[in-house]
Amino acid sequence: MTALTKLFRTTTFRLSLTYLALFGAAAAVAIFYIYWNTTVLLTRQLHDTIDAELKGLAEQYSAGGLTRLVSTVADRSRTPGNSLYFVADAEGRRVAGNLSAITEELSQSLGPVEFEYSRPAEGGIETRLAFANVFKLPGGYRLIVGRDIEDRRELARVIRSAMLWGLGVMALFGIGGGYLVSRNLLARIDAVSATTRTIMEGDLTGRLPVNGSGDELDRLSQNLNLMLARIEQLMAGLREVSDNIAHDLKTPLSRLRNRVEAALREPYAEPAYREALERTIEEADGLIKTFNALLSIARLEAGAAGDNKESLDVSELVRDVAELYEPVAEERGIMLKADAVGPVYTRADRQLLGQAIANLIDNALKYGAPDRTESANGVVPEVSVTAGAAGSMAEIAVTDRGPGVPAGERERVLGRFVRLEASRSEPGSGLGLSLVAAVARLHGGALRLEDNDPGLKVILSLPTEAQPRANGSAKQAAPGSELRPA
Amino acid sequence: MRVLVIEDDQETASFLKRALKEQGHVAEHAADGQTGLELARVNAYDVLIVDRMLPKLDGLAVIGALRAEEIRTPVLILSALGEVDDRVKGLRAGGDDYLTKPYAFSELLARIEALARRTSPEEGSTRFVVGDLVLDRLSHKVTRAGEAIMLQPREFRLLEYLMKHAGQVVTRTMLLENVWDYHFDPQTNVIDVHVSRLRSKIDKNFATPLLHTVRGAGYTIRDSAH
Repeated sequence: MTALTKLFRTTTFRLSLTYLALFGAAAAVAIFYIYWNTTVLLTRQLHDTIDAELKGLAEQYSAGGLTRLVSTVADRSRTPGNSLYFVADAEGRRVAGNLSAITEELSQSLGPVEFEYSRPAEGGIETRLAFANVFKLPGGYRLIVGRDIEDRRELARVIRSAMLWGLGVMALFGIGGGYLVSRNLLARIDAVSATTRTIMEGDLTGRLPVNGSGDELDRLSQNLNLMLARIEQLMAGLREVSDNIAHDLKTPLSRLRNRVEAALREPYAEPAYREALERTIEEADGLIKTFNALLSIARLEAGAAGDNKESLDVSELVRDVAELYEPVAEERGIMLKADAVGPVYTRADRQLLGQAIANLIDNALKYGAPDRTESANGVVPEVSVTAGAAGSMAEIAVTDRGPGVPAGERERVLGRFVRLEASRSEPGSGLGLSLVAAVARLHGGALRLEDNDPGLKVILSLPTEAQPRANGSAKQAAPGSELRPA
Repeated sequence: MRVLVIEDDQETASFLKRALKEQGHVAEHAADGQTGLELARVNAYDVLIVDRMLPKLDGLAVIGALRAEEIRTPVLILSALGEVDDRVKGLRAGGDDYLTKPYAFSELLARIEALARRTSPEEGSTRFVVGDLVLDRLSHKVTRAGEAIMLQPREFRLLEYLMKHAGQVVTRTMLLENVWDYHFDPQTNVIDVHVSRLRSKIDKNFATPLLHTVRGAGYTIRDSAH
């Protein structure tokens, strides 16, 4: 019963019922209209016929009086048909006509009247409906001229039953069809509900059934499935991050704790205490940095950043950031070349994109220098940064001549906390490239690693913007003015 | 310098008060937004340090209310929310500077000193002078003891910022934010290298160095003869 109630409550079923009611009403009105018009037409024909008969009889009467009228009536009564005649004397007895007898009611009335009469038929006597006009003649005589209208009654009956049957069948099909369609739909919705329940219980691998018909429910399911896939991916990311936090933040934390504990175990000596405290602050600062980077990546991946996007020239930003790192490169004996000439516009958050470019250059300077032994042969190690347009994408490429990243590891190094063995000696958290990848994704771009043979080529691509929009914030403020976001 | 600290965490507040007093400043404390707003209305402070999340009235609302009443006391916003978007929101609400928790006290001190000085008349001057070093903001020329010093545009702006805050400590982050307009961590000691380049141009051939490194804090430019 509950299943049936549920079915009746479905939108489809209610919709079927509504349509059924509307359609039924329309059909009933149409049939009634046809019936009504037919009746009016038939009544007019009836009146015309009776009037014509009366006219004829009136002529006979005025020409030959009652005798002539009676003989004419008797004459006409002999021809079979639907016409009815009756001439009665003052006592109501039949003088002529094809009606066998008249009722008391009929004999008393005058003018148009509807009545029932009997006539012999196969296997007895049948009662039929008739319509007549009653006239009084001088001497108490009465003339009744009418027609049999039993056919009309029959027609009304036929139409009425047709209407009842029609509506009945329609209701049956309507409700039945609605039931079937609703049941089908309900079954699919139930399947979807069942899946969502399993997902709510924590099983994110569940997917909504898609039957391949391509209808709206299928398309909805497909889109919801895509959404579920994205959620699953995000959840997996989150789990991965918590695992990583456990691994990579606990280590420095326990190091910090051990150092403080060790210092406390020692007898009091100010220089030693001071040094321990300074090291502790350093370690804490490192932890804060790592933590901030993790939070930034998480926010970027959740799409919760980038409200401050503006039109900017990628080339200009690349030159700007390269300029920031140029002295560092020089100090390390690396030649940093920036080749970014033509303006390439994109819509981006200047701070985020700036940080991404900075991370790439910083990585190249840290890990992109060839081994000291190799660079001894007079070749100056080189890191180059370029910006340009490739199709509809702006590409920022940072290349170095270092050891590179093996092809199999290229996907992996974009993950959080991933550091290749060779780079363990350099300080770093292993979050730099993940942050760049997250910035790229937030801006609808991508990050890919290629072989520079020798060395590594990192390409950050972002969708270009054809027409630079008016810029809200000053990119290049006049020297001397403090730069602050507006 | 008279400072009002609006901060609901008792321990942070007393740490700040003690540290500011050690530096010779007068520090007062309000534990919620409402009290803070009332104090800031009545008393003349040089700087307000406002935590972003406060009971009764949140930090940004306090700043908004003050600015609406034409009270222009410089405000440093302290917040655990450190993203660029949060920063921009804080500055739009009327804050003058933004510092993310956790922070180094030296960073906070340098920033509030810079903020308090902002209202000084030096802001609009066209020439900065420290000892025999002169920077002309209009002609973009720098001379030391009458000798012209050639600087790259960025070096000029770096020196300009340092000289505008002459005698004060300027942190690496402040330089990165104000000279380069970058609000992220560049991972490497990029600022140090830029400053040492600048130093080699302005101090190298002269007897008295003007550009000094303040250990654990940042840099300062001052005439040590005074």
